[in-house]
Amino acid sequence: MSILVDKNTRLVVQGITGREGSFHTQQMVAFGTNVVAGVTPGKGGQWFETDSQKIPIFDSVKYAVEATGANASVIFVPARFAVDAIYESADAGIPLVVCLTEYIPVLDMIAARRYLDSKNTRLLGPNCPGLITPGQAKVGIIPGSIVKPGRVGVVSKSGTLTYEVVYALTERGIGQSTCVGIGGDPIQGTDFIDVLRMFEDDPETEQVIMIGEIGGNAEEKAAAFIAQHMSKRVTAFIAGRTAPPGRRMGHAGAIVEGKSGTAESKIKALNDAGVRVADNPDNIVDLVVSGS
Amino acid sequence: MNLHEYQAKRLFAEHGVPIPQGDVASTPAEAREIARELGGRVVVKAQVLTGGRGKAGGVKLANSADEAEAQAKQILGMDIKGFKVRRVLIDKQAPGIDQEIYLAVLIDRGRRLPMIMASASGGMDIEEVADKTPEKIITAHIEPVLGVRGYQTTYIASQIDLPRDLWRDFHKIVVGLYECFKSNDASLTEINPLVITGEGKLMAVDGKMTIDDNALSRQSRLAEMRDVAEEPEAEREARLTGINFIKLDGNIGCMVNGAGLAMTTMDIIKLFGGDPANFLDIGGGAKADQVATGLRLILSDPNVEAVLINIFGGITRGDEVAKGILQALNEVETAVPMVIRLAGTNAKEGRAILADASMETAETLSEAARKAVAAAAGAAKASQE
Repeated sequence: MSILVDKNTRLVVQGITGREGSFHTQQMVAFGTNVVAGVTPGKGGQWFETDSQKIPIFDSVKYAVEATGANASVIFVPARFAVDAIYESADAGIPLVVCLTEYIPVLDMIAARRYLDSKNTRLLGPNCPGLITPGQAKVGIIPGSIVKPGRVGVVSKSGTLTYEVVYALTERGIGQSTCVGIGGDPIQGTDFIDVLRMFEDDPETEQVIMIGEIGGNAEEKAAAFIAQHMSKRVTAFIAGRTAPPGRRMGHAGAIVEGKSGTAESKIKALNDAGVRVADNPDNIVDLVVSGS
Repeated sequence: MNLHEYQAKRLFAEHGVPIPQGDVASTPAEAREIARELGGRVVVKAQVLTGGRGKAGGVKLANSADEAEAQAKQILGMDIKGFKVRRVLIDKQAPGIDQEIYLAVLIDRGRRLPMIMASASGGMDIEEVADKTPEKIITAHIEPVLGVRGYQTTYIASQIDLPRDLWRDFHKIVVGLYECFKSNDASLTEINPLVITGEGKLMAVDGKMTIDDNALSRQSRLAEMRDVAEEPEAEREARLTGINFIKLDGNIGCMVNGAGLAMTTMDIIKLFGGDPANFLDIGGGAKADQVATGLRLILSDPNVEAVLINIFGGITRGDEVAKGILQALNEVETAVPMVIRLAGTNAKEGRAILADASMETAETLSEAARKAVAAAAGAAKASQE
């Protein structure tokens, strides 16, 4: 088993004919993901060709769901249209929507999240690399070459930092159950606690790596959740110990505001919850293999 | 993006929030003229994008146009926490101040909603109030579909002991501040202090506003308000190139793809005893030109004694990064030692391109950081000898 995506995932790609959408659809198909449809308004009826298959393109997600039974979507459309794409998938009844798009205005996400909470749709992202279940399915842009099937769950706010950690795991022969990028925006569809809960309930996941960063207090809340509800071992890393206050460090959400959102506060909360926090990503794997 | 006080207050006023009469001046003569029109009793306030202006001597009272001119002369050109004062706001003095209130609308990330925050302890550093006397901070969340409701402002007004005859006006101000927040895609609109004047009226004497950078593309009027003179030149060039660059005080320049990895690279440099000179995220799928600009910006900092390039390719390709590095090295002559660590997509091709460049390579982030710290220490020693 795994969480969120697996062999049964039937994926529709929103923005399949765009530059990023088409490149990464090829990559997802090459990894073995079951991509059943693409959506580009105005191009319904055309086909998207990969090396191995022809994927039908529809004018809307609703049509794609009706024709193909798609049960997950991934959004590769520009920021101006991305919120619409989220609403469209939720309205079409898609249970899992993964939004990679960066630069969606925060107030738009507040409204979108409000709407999604009234639907049976889980959003991952925005501004995230997506997720990958090694050997089964990849939705998004995490490089398929660096993963290996196994029993460590990974959840992270960062893209490339996740690659770094996952690659190090794979190099040491430690496989992953699912790697989930929740994104670095202030308002997210899925947070640390959501994913930690899923890993706790997933029999195939033995332990978890959580990668956080400065800004907000999601890591502190996750620490409280871990202390109360998790039996599985969690190892963490927090990026941004040296980040200056008041500056947005690349990610919209990565900002220390006054005394809130500092790395120190997050590390302390995690340590207090019994979570081991690595001071260097190269050491995370050591902590994972060292047992309790 | 942060706005100046005068910009924030003008936006507040567009939504019915009362502000003092006033205008901005960039010369003492202009300050004098504005003060004269306002009747002489004014306050002269430095317009810089940082806090603590008062303590730094950037806010002064004047009782005549002559005094205003003299104060402006003193304040203009001052350096406040590294920001040069280029403009002063000349505001008419409030007719006596009976009480100072704090009022803001901001985003509560945890609850994923806008939130009103108020305190009877206005005019002070609100962080300090929150720290020492959290019970003095009153909050209420705003449901976007409902907006600010009357019962909420009544509750806040009573909690901060606002005289009852001002509750109605207070409600209008909170509604206006939220409308201003919403229509301008702000992440913060703050009045500190909101005063009760000697005439018994509420007035926003100071204002602060932060705009959500993600929304600037649809807020063109606000985008034009950006004070480019206050933005370090390297950061402006980076912004226009589409890369994220923040200058710091250390001596090891770093170039990384991805925000989390870029922060981590800085952290690891520090962990191994070095000091990062900057944060630089070239973003996902960076092209050679962007990489070249990034490296050029790093090398333009005279403090930089070593450079660490850490790329874990996903969408970003190692060969593209390598081309950008060579491009920059062709444009800028430099003796600064460089350490590069390439992994992920097309890392092998990238390494081949850089084989002839004199750069130290590393397999892991730790190794790269160790080497960069050693190189910077060596460079510092050499320059002393």
